[in-house]
Amino acid sequence: MTTQLTRAAAPAKDSGRRSGRARGVRSADVGRPGFAWAVPATIFFVLFAILPLLAVAVLSFMSWGGIGDPEWVGLDNWNRVFDDPVMIKSIWLTLLLTVLGVVLQTPLSILIGVWAAGTQRNRAVISAVYFVPLLLSSTAVSVLWRALLDPNFGIPSEATWLFGDGNLFGEQSTAIGVLAFVSTWQFTPLHSLIYQGAARAIPQVLYQAAEIDGAGRVRQFFSITLPQLRNSVITSMILMVVGGLTTFETVLILTQGGPGTDTTISAYYMYQKAFKSFDFGAGAVIALLLVVAATIISLIVVRLSGYDKMRSTMEGVS
Amino acid sequence: MRRRPNYLAGVAAVAWLIIVALPLYVMLAATVQSKGDYAKGSPLSWPEHFTFENYSGAFDEGFGQFFVNTLIVTVAVVGIVVVLVPPLAYAVVRSRSRVASGVFRLFLLGLAIPAQAVIVPMFYLISEAGLYDNLIGVILPTAAFCLPISTLILSGAMRDIGHELFEAMAVDGASPRRMFLQLVLPLSKGGISTIVVFSALQAWNGFLFPLVLTQSDSTKVITLGLYNFQTEHGINVPGTLAAVFMSMVPILLVYLFARRALVQGLMGVGGK
Repeated sequence: MTTQLTRAAAPAKDSGRRSGRARGVRSADVGRPGFAWAVPATIFFVLFAILPLLAVAVLSFMSWGGIGDPEWVGLDNWNRVFDDPVMIKSIWLTLLLTVLGVVLQTPLSILIGVWAAGTQRNRAVISAVYFVPLLLSSTAVSVLWRALLDPNFGIPSEATWLFGDGNLFGEQSTAIGVLAFVSTWQFTPLHSLIYQGAARAIPQVLYQAAEIDGAGRVRQFFSITLPQLRNSVITSMILMVVGGLTTFETVLILTQGGPGTDTTISAYYMYQKAFKSFDFGAGAVIALLLVVAATIISLIVVRLSGYDKMRSTMEGVS
Repeated sequence: MRRRPNYLAGVAAVAWLIIVALPLYVMLAATVQSKGDYAKGSPLSWPEHFTFENYSGAFDEGFGQFFVNTLIVTVAVVGIVVVLVPPLAYAVVRSRSRVASGVFRLFLLGLAIPAQAVIVPMFYLISEAGLYDNLIGVILPTAAFCLPISTLILSGAMRDIGHELFEAMAVDGASPRRMFLQLVLPLSKGGISTIVVFSALQAWNGFLFPLVLTQSDSTKVITLGLYNFQTEHGINVPGTLAAVFMSMVPILLVYLFARRALVQGLMGVGGK
């Protein structure tokens, strides 16, 4: 949007004048702002984001029950967390839900995104409806689905042929299914949006050339569209992985980690440990594990895909 | 884009439209029925007797107050973001100082910090600062977590400003401050409206910080009110859904009027 503004404003203003007067002035260094401009925001960010992140590392070696002063306990919290079978189970559940999210959302959002990038009639209206779930808070989405899937008054009670006794929250497999579905419902629009933008940017020349070569639609999709979307696949996967690892509201509201601890994923277990059992040390350990896992997985995805080398998607075009 | 319609994607698109729209329809239909009517009929049926008792019921539960609290948090967060981010993005884009590029890397790193990771120490720090159960204690961390993406979006917009414009002003002897006020701010209006809409959405929808940093009704925000309503009256499906819908109305209004800025903001999250 600003590009258009700049383009409109740019031409006439300076071209004639610069050649005459700019000589002798080291224009590159004149009027450059100093780093002082960045200071207020940086202080604020360090205070309320970086400092707490460092504090979580320190707290993971301390015992604190919510009141009084934290006490140094060394590796005690770490040992307890890794000896805890619920914690180990929560790691597997977190991975399972994250993988389910990627597997469900990626093909769906590529399909929708590529479709929405086209020029069909009514596309704009339909896309407008698509994005609604994305605008809603995770809380609203979870409460909405909790009500819609209510065992007694919800949709499942109307379709017993599909849902059995209608209580989707009573068994581990269906409860996990609900969590994966609700996340997909909420986040597919975001990923479709990413793919839509990327699909629009694919040069038409490529398709025209393919058509001349006699490539069909399916062939075009796999040989042009998909490879051209590679960078977006990576961006969207990183978002899915980080989002999956930190899923919290959906579990808190839809399943409360149940039945039993069958959907207690790590982020929810951290909340329970810290704010229900007042074991803030153990909570800090789990929080730290989450940050480290999210960072490592993102780095691996970036490295494996060669995204850091930023190979151009314009190969063969110019 | 292409001449023949793409049937497979078209079918997927329509199927997904139903999956998205159906729950929204069930929600709206449920909110205008009495509890009894909803329990009797199918969730999918059209309501027979319209009533607004669910909405007034939500107000009786304190949703008016929650609305006001959420509005305060949202306005304050947007205010902080709008004051802090433009100078920061200006320094990131234009400064030759090495500190400025280091700062930018710090904020990029910040993109990877999930709010979940810091709630434990945040609770400690906010309690120590005496801001527990105080809206200020919710506003500060919420605003901080809007900064990385806002910086990314706005510095992207500022990079689009042509070099020759800066050079022309430099030739006229303009100070960095004058360039900021007369050139950068007017030309990055689009980017600024994007970060306003984005941080407003974050603040309005925020749940985790209010959940762990407040407890009384007088500081409750709307998402927390929803959560409590669900745990206490979850059996009252129409009432719960009315509360859910009320929490969405302001966002849907913004969506109607500022769709472009909103979608731009969301695209910014995905790094385009």
